[in-house]
Amino acid sequence: MSFYLALKEVWRNKGRFLLIAAVVALITTLVLFIAALAEGLASANREYIEKLNGELLVFQEGTQLSTTASRIGRQRIAELRRVPGVAAVGQVGFSTLKLVPPDGSADINVAFIGVEPGLPGEPPVYAGQQLERDRGNNVIVDEGVVARLGTKVGDTIKLKVTQGTKEEFYDLTVVGLTDRRQYFFQPAIFAPLNTWDKIRPDGNGSGANTELISNIAVVRLQDPSAQAEVAKTIEQTVKDVEVADRRTTWEALPGYAAQQSTLTTQQFFTFFIGVLVVGGFFQIQTLQKVAQIGMLKAIGLSNWTVGWSALIQIFTVNAFGVAIGAVGTLALTSNFPVTVPIMLTGTTALASVLALLAIGPLGGIVSVFVLLRIEPLRALGMAQ
Amino acid sequence: MIALEAINVTKIYGTGTNAVTAVNDVSLSVRRGEFVALVGPSGSGKTTMLAMLAGLLKPTHGQIIIAEKDIGRMSESKRTKFRGQYIGFAFQANNLVPFLNAQENVELLLRLNGKLNRQSRESARNLLERLGLGERLKNRPGQLSGGQQQRVAIARALIHEPEVVLADEPTASLDTERAHQVVQTFAELIHEQNRAGIMVTHDLRMCKYTDRVIQMMDGRINRIIADRREILRLAGAADELDGHVVPVNGKPVLAGDPLADVRGI
Repeated sequence: MSFYLALKEVWRNKGRFLLIAAVVALITTLVLFIAALAEGLASANREYIEKLNGELLVFQEGTQLSTTASRIGRQRIAELRRVPGVAAVGQVGFSTLKLVPPDGSADINVAFIGVEPGLPGEPPVYAGQQLERDRGNNVIVDEGVVARLGTKVGDTIKLKVTQGTKEEFYDLTVVGLTDRRQYFFQPAIFAPLNTWDKIRPDGNGSGANTELISNIAVVRLQDPSAQAEVAKTIEQTVKDVEVADRRTTWEALPGYAAQQSTLTTQQFFTFFIGVLVVGGFFQIQTLQKVAQIGMLKAIGLSNWTVGWSALIQIFTVNAFGVAIGAVGTLALTSNFPVTVPIMLTGTTALASVLALLAIGPLGGIVSVFVLLRIEPLRALGMAQ
Repeated sequence: MIALEAINVTKIYGTGTNAVTAVNDVSLSVRRGEFVALVGPSGSGKTTMLAMLAGLLKPTHGQIIIAEKDIGRMSESKRTKFRGQYIGFAFQANNLVPFLNAQENVELLLRLNGKLNRQSRESARNLLERLGLGERLKNRPGQLSGGQQQRVAIARALIHEPEVVLADEPTASLDTERAHQVVQTFAELIHEQNRAGIMVTHDLRMCKYTDRVIQMMDGRINRIIADRREILRLAGAADELDGHVVPVNGKPVLAGDPLADVRGI
């Protein structure tokens, strides 16, 4: 009976319910877009760190997990490799420089990341081959570069670096392509650490007589579940370092937390507006139906039937709106170019959709209570 | 056979100095196949009485027996279920579900009682056709006139074969011709189907279709007219007055008023 009444009313008043479903669809689009933007921005910020093939990141002590402020030398690396539980340690250096497109268009800022071939920090390639120590002019580029330049394995890319006041250009050969590994909103190019050290701005030149210094070290553990214990051991046995896992590291990235909290607040308020809009609609509808509900109760429909009918209706209309909004947003986001920081992952979409499905029942709960409290006599004008 | 019995029923609203006795120690019974009119001026207690007979209101004292059950002692949820099974209703207005068509409105009670099948659907259709709505089965209330809506409500009140059929001012929003049509059909069906019917009305002309007229005054039964000639005389006199009651200083007064005894002047 509840289903019959709920769905019949929706079907016979398609225009009215379609209108509220459209509002829910718009709210869904907005919530999912903000979620996708939050995910896209977060991902653009942390992608490389998140996908690292090592559990722990080691920073210079007192640098507050800043990848640019931290300096880790070979001495520390050697000490780290001796810590029990550590399987492998790779040095990683970060810098930003310009990629010169071959078609003469504007230079592209890229994250130029120095890694040790075969060690943690080097990304896996899906095409071509990994880096080799003795082939210094080889690089791996991520999909961000591929999307912008259409780079293929074997291509040569040109990097522009400002050393002091002088511009220098370097031609490097692409030996491998890796998936999206953006770092700090920039597409990434990975070079052997020596090459990176030679090319990066204010680098150590040939590095022949100086210690090769990276920004951080990435540590892969023998047993990934022993993260906390090994981290503690490292901090106790290796001097002047601090250790963090990947999540802690990306959460400490400049602006990351502030940006994410802003977007989460926006999402929350959009969600809240949704609850109010849906609640308002169903409340008005309930108030318009007082006499009708009173009559239904008078002829024998229980509170249970009337209440369920309202909830089914609210849920159906809301779910329809959410479905339209979600499908529309998915279709839209999948067609955005890779350069736009919009990313809707399955988990984010599912979490948002589940929250949005709760909008209806949350918003409609007041109207359901109003329905339950309608007295047939009063509603039919028979009360004294 | 008695279908409905009210025994020493009293309804008091409020408490202490604010207490108002709307119905005062009223007893009445209605047999199967009998159609009774409950009349009386505003405030006489007839609507309160009807609400109690319908199980919409609990009496303060007394018993209301329908199908051998005292509905005054039932819980709210049991009374609601009881209403769906044993009582049929036609109200003054807001009778129908606006998003259901005429046939669906009638079938609502069958659906509620789990009796909707091909045969009962056919019965609903036949009943509506009998009420002159054969061409209007698929029309929604908004597409029906006031009289047609009331006829659908009557069909709905009867379709689930209730013990008692109650109507509260079913002709209030109808013109004279429609009012006569509606009440006449209502009476015919009550008699044919052997139901017990009670109709609260202000329009004394409608009494001619009933078997008994119970007049209430100040919460009590003032007079019962069971004689057919008396009922027709009453309705006929009301017809001459075009059904109108002329209130003067709060009381209906008319020189040589043949209804004076019924009105309790």
